[in-house]
Amino acid sequence: MVRPYALIGGRTRPTGDALDVIAMIIAVRGTSFDPADLEPEHLSALRLSSLPISVADLAADLDLPLGVVQILLSDLRERSLITIHHPIPPARLPDPQILKEVVDGLRRL
Amino acid sequence: MAYAASDDRAGVPVSIKILIAGGFGVGKTTLVGSVTEIRPLRTEEPLTEPGRHVDVLDGVERKSTTTVALDFGRITIRKNLVVYLFGTPGQERFWFMWDELARGALGAVILADTRRLADCFPSVDYFEKHHVPFVLAVNCFDGARRYNPDAVRSAVDLDTDVPVVLCDARQPTSGRDVLIALVEHAIATIRRSNELSEEVPTH
Repeated sequence: MVRPYALIGGRTRPTGDALDVIAMIIAVRGTSFDPADLEPEHLSALRLSSLPISVADLAADLDLPLGVVQILLSDLRERSLITIHHPIPPARLPDPQILKEVVDGLRRL
Repeated sequence: MAYAASDDRAGVPVSIKILIAGGFGVGKTTLVGSVTEIRPLRTEEPLTEPGRHVDVLDGVERKSTTTVALDFGRITIRKNLVVYLFGTPGQERFWFMWDELARGALGAVILADTRRLADCFPSVDYFEKHHVPFVLAVNCFDGARRYNPDAVRSAVDLDTDVPVVLCDARQPTSGRDVLIALVEHAIATIRRSNELSEEVPTH
């Protein structure tokens, strides 16, 4: 249990806005960084987010607690290495048909 | 700006969050597992804040965090449209993490067992208070008395518009139908609140 918190320097809360478990993370392409500045877990998170991936999926894939992953992601955001897309509140979805599509999709299960 | 925002999201999946709540051992894991593959997801939370239930740590080196496991499932509806299910921990002492999970959720399924109906009351109170749409799904365990949904509604003192559905959490089609009932209820709730906000101009 020590290792994840050593990784994030004993921090228990990320900086900046709260990061929703279903926020989508995408690595910014073509950015350069100093690998020595990052931990292996940061690099794994970057690799996994080359395609859009949710915070929860990242935590499951990395086998790290959610809180640790949220802090790793805030580190990457500070270095402008990832883009974070916050989820749209259901009442403000641009297309209300999306929820109908969810119902239809569930019926096909 | 609206155009910029939508362009910005091009290719980013729309993610929708549904919570599965209810008392300990009521079948939350079974329900998530019946509709999708469960992935392990854990969170570690500090135990130090006041007001929480105190863990008995006598004789144990003081532990500053506790690990909470969540049942996490994902249903891909189509490309770029994904539903995420989160089974919330049943014990009250883990409720501090509900706020984070409930924010922005489309809604919640509260599972109930008629033999221990009171176990669902805290979840009902929570989602009512936070205005999160929910359905009450009565898990019909073998040997449990079958109740009329209206009798359950009355016993739990639910608003008339909250759907009460009977289910068997072990059956994929049953779990799926509960989720459909929830999404349809959420659609109706959103529509009603949009109509209200159109009728009553806010100044």
